[in-house]
Amino acid sequence: MAYVAVKGGEAAIEQSLKLLDEVYQSNGRLEVQTILTDMPLLTDKVMSEAGMYAPEYAALALKQSKGSVEEAVFLLRAYRSTLKRDYYSLPADCKDMRIMRRISAAFKDIPGEQILGASFDYAHRLLDFSLSEEKGKQAAVTAAQETAADIYCGRVDELLQADGILKQPEKDDTQPYDITTHVLTFPAPRSARLQTMARSEAGFLEGVAYSAMRGYGAVHPTVSELRSGYVDIMIPYPLEAGEAICIGAVNVTEVEALWPVHEETKEEFDKIRLSGGYGCVIGNNETKAIAMSIADASLNTTGNTPSQDEEFVLTHGDCLEMQGFISHLKLPHYVTFQSKLDRVRE
Amino acid sequence: MIDQKHYNFAFLDENSKREIRRSLLKAVAIPGYQVPFGSRELPIGRGWGTGGIQITLSVIGKEDVLKVIDQGSDDSVNAVNIKKFVSACTGVEITTDSEAASIIQTRHRIPEIPLKKEQILVLQVPTPEPLRIVEPREAVTKKMHAEGEYSPMWLTLYEDLLRCGKIGISAEYPVLVENRYIMNPSPIPRYDTPKLNDSDCLYLFGAGREKKIYAIPPHTRVMPLEFDDIPFETENFTGKRCHLCGAEGVYLDELTDEETGAKYYECSDTGYCAKRREQGCRP
Repeated sequence: MAYVAVKGGEAAIEQSLKLLDEVYQSNGRLEVQTILTDMPLLTDKVMSEAGMYAPEYAALALKQSKGSVEEAVFLLRAYRSTLKRDYYSLPADCKDMRIMRRISAAFKDIPGEQILGASFDYAHRLLDFSLSEEKGKQAAVTAAQETAADIYCGRVDELLQADGILKQPEKDDTQPYDITTHVLTFPAPRSARLQTMARSEAGFLEGVAYSAMRGYGAVHPTVSELRSGYVDIMIPYPLEAGEAICIGAVNVTEVEALWPVHEETKEEFDKIRLSGGYGCVIGNNETKAIAMSIADASLNTTGNTPSQDEEFVLTHGDCLEMQGFISHLKLPHYVTFQSKLDRVRE
Repeated sequence: MIDQKHYNFAFLDENSKREIRRSLLKAVAIPGYQVPFGSRELPIGRGWGTGGIQITLSVIGKEDVLKVIDQGSDDSVNAVNIKKFVSACTGVEITTDSEAASIIQTRHRIPEIPLKKEQILVLQVPTPEPLRIVEPREAVTKKMHAEGEYSPMWLTLYEDLLRCGKIGISAEYPVLVENRYIMNPSPIPRYDTPKLNDSDCLYLFGAGREKKIYAIPPHTRVMPLEFDDIPFETENFTGKRCHLCGAEGVYLDELTDEETGAKYYECSDTGYCAKRREQGCRP
């Protein structure tokens, strides 16, 4: 195909789109519902990076994108732009989470107990060949599942707060910065930092966190608590001031990580306290949530590594932006290349 | 047209479009200043012209006539794709004639025929920050603009001169707007840079991924950065002409004859070239 035939761009695109359907032909058996039930971690990743909580649409996007995560994220983000924003929700406290899983690496035992939940953590990663023989089946709901009580419990850091050894973040009740309608400025408000990292591409954020742990940075924290489950989302009730109504629940993973920091005092020696890094992401994305808490903590330290540079971390992790800018190199550049040739040939 | 049950006219919701138009007004009021805006995601790749498209979608009305070019070409895959999208969500008339268009969206070129006062040229911008070549941090470049502290930029040009005997910037040559802001004109060739100065039309620049909008209103003074004794140079096409219409003194694409290996040239601005041939111009 001539890239920019004098005529033919239009026909070429049409053929390319046709070919896309032909090369990646669907046998029509993969239903959106199947993606939703069988690939929940994948839909979670897509929702997390899209910054849009809509499991069915995430599954639909994955089907449409033939399994390409970046394409699915792309579809959701683009769709999101067409929606009118009617209201902002009230702040939701993950303390009120309906818990599916909750662990602390900081203590052997915690009030409310360690709840391992569903996790690959202690699975032996052996390829299970019996799955290739598996035929369709109905998901069974046991009586125990139906009657089990919901689990709620306080946070682990409450223990440490009671001890007075946890550095308290400054109380901040300013309206959160909305990164979807405003451009980041630096230094970024903390709400902007957390939003940006929550939408960040998982691999990028994990790379940032990994580098901070390995030595390009200074943070190797203890996971005080990792919890995942459902949090109710409330909005102000339009007809009654002061009232709120619940519009549904979102599945999130929240992490609090702790590491010691020096605090200057008027006395001879600095005081050492525990400070926190915070991560909270849509869906079951545990590595990303932990990475976010490390990156958050790392950005609170000073130094010259990438993980300590707020602008670096916050401007290079957006799935759409990195995918878009890298792939734009496939667009024709012959006018500017001609200009380069002019400079080189002279 | 894409289904109007699920999608608004010009894709974005009305509030988003209004917000972008406000940013445009501010940009026009402060020529060359980069106005941050809440860039929305589009169904087209971020980095593939989404800043320009958002501007086009925000200003376009049903009566508008749209032309889209990439590298000067109406038929480039990217231009076709953008045209297809805007047309699908607005239904506006599409043209390849730069003189018939009320809005022209472009990537990397300004049309050959000077634009008139009722026309808008929307340029797609990959890197809105001209100072990015000397300073990676946004927090710092913002301050440099505020203080008019452009010495690192001048120094870079001077170092280029010392090292290579010429300024090495090819396309995307930085300009000074109304003696105040240094501005990135987007990756247009140097040949197109002088067209920005004292023009009749309105230039709007959109960087979707970088979330910036800026503008050059009509009759604004826009000068390429140059030293008194080292004049700004455009690309040199001396002795070359379009093999289709015979045009000289225009920006040319370089092509190679597959059989003989000989180089030949044709107008980068395909609409201009077609018009000339209609008028009977031949090589």
